[in-house]
Amino acid sequence: MDLIALLPFDLPHPALLAAGMLEGTVLAAVLALTALGLSIVFGIMRVVNVAHGEFYMLGAVLAWFVTHTVSGTVGGPPWLGFAIALIVAPLIVAAMAALTDWLVLKRLDYDPEATIVATIGVLYIIQQLALTFYGPDARPVEAPFDFRVQLPWFGYSGYKLVVVGAAIALMLVVWLVLTRTKIGLVMRATQYDRETAQAFGIPVDKVYAGVFALGAALAAIGAVLIVPIQQAHYLMGGDPLLLSFIVVILGGLGSLKGTLVAAIFIGLSDGIISTLYEPTLAKILATLLVAMVLVFRPQGLFGARAA
Amino acid sequence: MADSKHTAGQTRRTILGGAALLGTAAGAGLLPGLGRYAQAQTSAPIKIGFQVHRTGIGAAYGRWYDRTTKAAAKLINDNGGINGRPVEIIAEDDGTDPKRGAEVIEKFATKHECDVAFGTLFSHVVIGSAPRAGELKLPYFVVSEGHHVASGMLNRYTLQPGITDVKSQVQSMAPWVADNLGKKVTMVYPDFAFGHDHRDYFSEAIERQGGNVIAKIAIPPRETSFFKYLPKIPKDTEVLYHVMVGPGVLTFVKELGEYFGDNRPEIFGFIDSLEAVDIASPGLEFLEGSHFWEGYPRYAGENQSEHDKFYRAAVGVDDNGASLSDSKDISTYAHMFGCWETLHILKAGMEAADYKGPKDRQALIEAIENMDVFPESQAHPQGSKLFNGRTHQAFGHQHISKVEGGKLVPVHKTSIFDTYYEDEVDYTKMSF
Repeated sequence: MDLIALLPFDLPHPALLAAGMLEGTVLAAVLALTALGLSIVFGIMRVVNVAHGEFYMLGAVLAWFVTHTVSGTVGGPPWLGFAIALIVAPLIVAAMAALTDWLVLKRLDYDPEATIVATIGVLYIIQQLALTFYGPDARPVEAPFDFRVQLPWFGYSGYKLVVVGAAIALMLVVWLVLTRTKIGLVMRATQYDRETAQAFGIPVDKVYAGVFALGAALAAIGAVLIVPIQQAHYLMGGDPLLLSFIVVILGGLGSLKGTLVAAIFIGLSDGIISTLYEPTLAKILATLLVAMVLVFRPQGLFGARAA
Repeated sequence: MADSKHTAGQTRRTILGGAALLGTAAGAGLLPGLGRYAQAQTSAPIKIGFQVHRTGIGAAYGRWYDRTTKAAAKLINDNGGINGRPVEIIAEDDGTDPKRGAEVIEKFATKHECDVAFGTLFSHVVIGSAPRAGELKLPYFVVSEGHHVASGMLNRYTLQPGITDVKSQVQSMAPWVADNLGKKVTMVYPDFAFGHDHRDYFSEAIERQGGNVIAKIAIPPRETSFFKYLPKIPKDTEVLYHVMVGPGVLTFVKELGEYFGDNRPEIFGFIDSLEAVDIASPGLEFLEGSHFWEGYPRYAGENQSEHDKFYRAAVGVDDNGASLSDSKDISTYAHMFGCWETLHILKAGMEAADYKGPKDRQALIEAIENMDVFPESQAHPQGSKLFNGRTHQAFGHQHISKVEGGKLVPVHKTSIFDTYYEDEVDYTKMSF
């Protein structure tokens, strides 16, 4: 007790710290999923997908359409609509991403600079399509279940805790697919050396379309999980895109391990700094960290130095 | 091909030049035949530029401001228009963005040649647009609630006659809050001009009641997740005062519920936190027994006036404040009446000034500055108002409602004098 009194600063109240850690963990979980999509696409295709946040938004908007239709027509319970949305929304987003790959990226021959500009265009197209067909309103999606966990200082949404579990499970699946299946092997072969892979009969075009679809689907899954907490809105893609880029640059573009570690780091620090100090300060520090990493370790914390 | 284009261009220029000459001549009364045409033009519509938040964070308000404006314009036109001329509403989306707002004002003045501009809600858009309206000498009628009109921050061309401002709203709430809910208040508000008005004027007002604000929690306007701010609410808070805007409002209130559970302080919110949101939404049950400020009660209730009945039907709102065609489409009832009332004031002002065209804009502003009372009527269904021509601001009754059975039930109505404060500016002394 005396020792604590001697500290030159006040210890944060445990309630603040707990709230910061909880919020940070939820952010980290969803961010890891979303950033993983961005990272896989870059790692394998060398495409920086600026439209990634819009695939996220699309996932949320489609989740609203699906749950709304299910409750409106069948009148099913909220969990039914949500379960269907969790499957249907990522599939539709994946299909749209594959279409984008075929329609745009492939025709640019995956040129790194051209694809950046092209995906900026895709960003605006998707955003305006959502505005046209979904409208400018924020619409809520009911959580599949809702319970409140009472902590010593305050209550917390049980659904948010489940989101963390679901995100971990999904990342485990992605990791298994990439490391333990033939699909994963083919993807890694394409990443390692595109031409050799093609020479060995790997349909590189299809792999690229599949990878781009997978990346977008991961963003969409993250959005479906988050939409009962936030609401579906056509401008919601901006923040996840920025945070995903921060995470991917910190972790090292293309490094899955780095993405995961960086997502946890950024999520937790954002939660804790926002709670104890200011949300803006959290963003300033994260962006500053990115700048420092780019200056002193441009390949990211876990990325391999470019040959 | 190129040649014919060239010729076409020349022809058009020639015609335009000729038309300009003719216009000058007609104006000078040199061509009697064309003079008749010019007179016939006075039955041309009065063009009202409607700056509307169709997209961006104010879209829900924009949708209902649009419906209310159309309904009011229809009513005015059905009753013979303004000075015998029909009203034409020219709507332009400002994207709830100040820069775009100023561009829209410019478009109204130069491209559409509107007589006046009208409609904006979000304070940052008003503050971004008003200087341009002043430069273009375009009368600009805002429906914003911000104190920036009466504070003297804007200019002689910007008026707010159809809705009360935050300063008068919060100062009339403070005595009731202190007497009925508690004196130690924590405020949660959006971190821009509108929220700062709440912070500054409520803090002052509650101190006059012997209370104080023990914590001020500002939330960035684009925030989507609010839980992390809530542990900053001090334990000894007696009243939590909240006002939030934008697409995240439902999340905000839900997270408040998760945070407090059954063990909550008294909660006093501005209905802005739940405008366009169903009070009976899942997750909002904890609001039962809490209180809200309402500019105009959303639920029709027992004491509904005949004017409210008429206004609701004209705009297409049911007794629960939702759209007649979709009970899930909840209106922004506490604010949108401002559009209806402003258009009626505009009509009265134009008729008093015998408004004929843009050259009478100054006369229009002077005519409205000379107004002082708007009695409760079909044109003013929210209730009677006093207008202060010096500060360009209206003052009216405010309401406090309690959440009972998932509905808002009015429990208190302030007098207009509770909302009055001393002048901070005299726009009538400023030159045009």
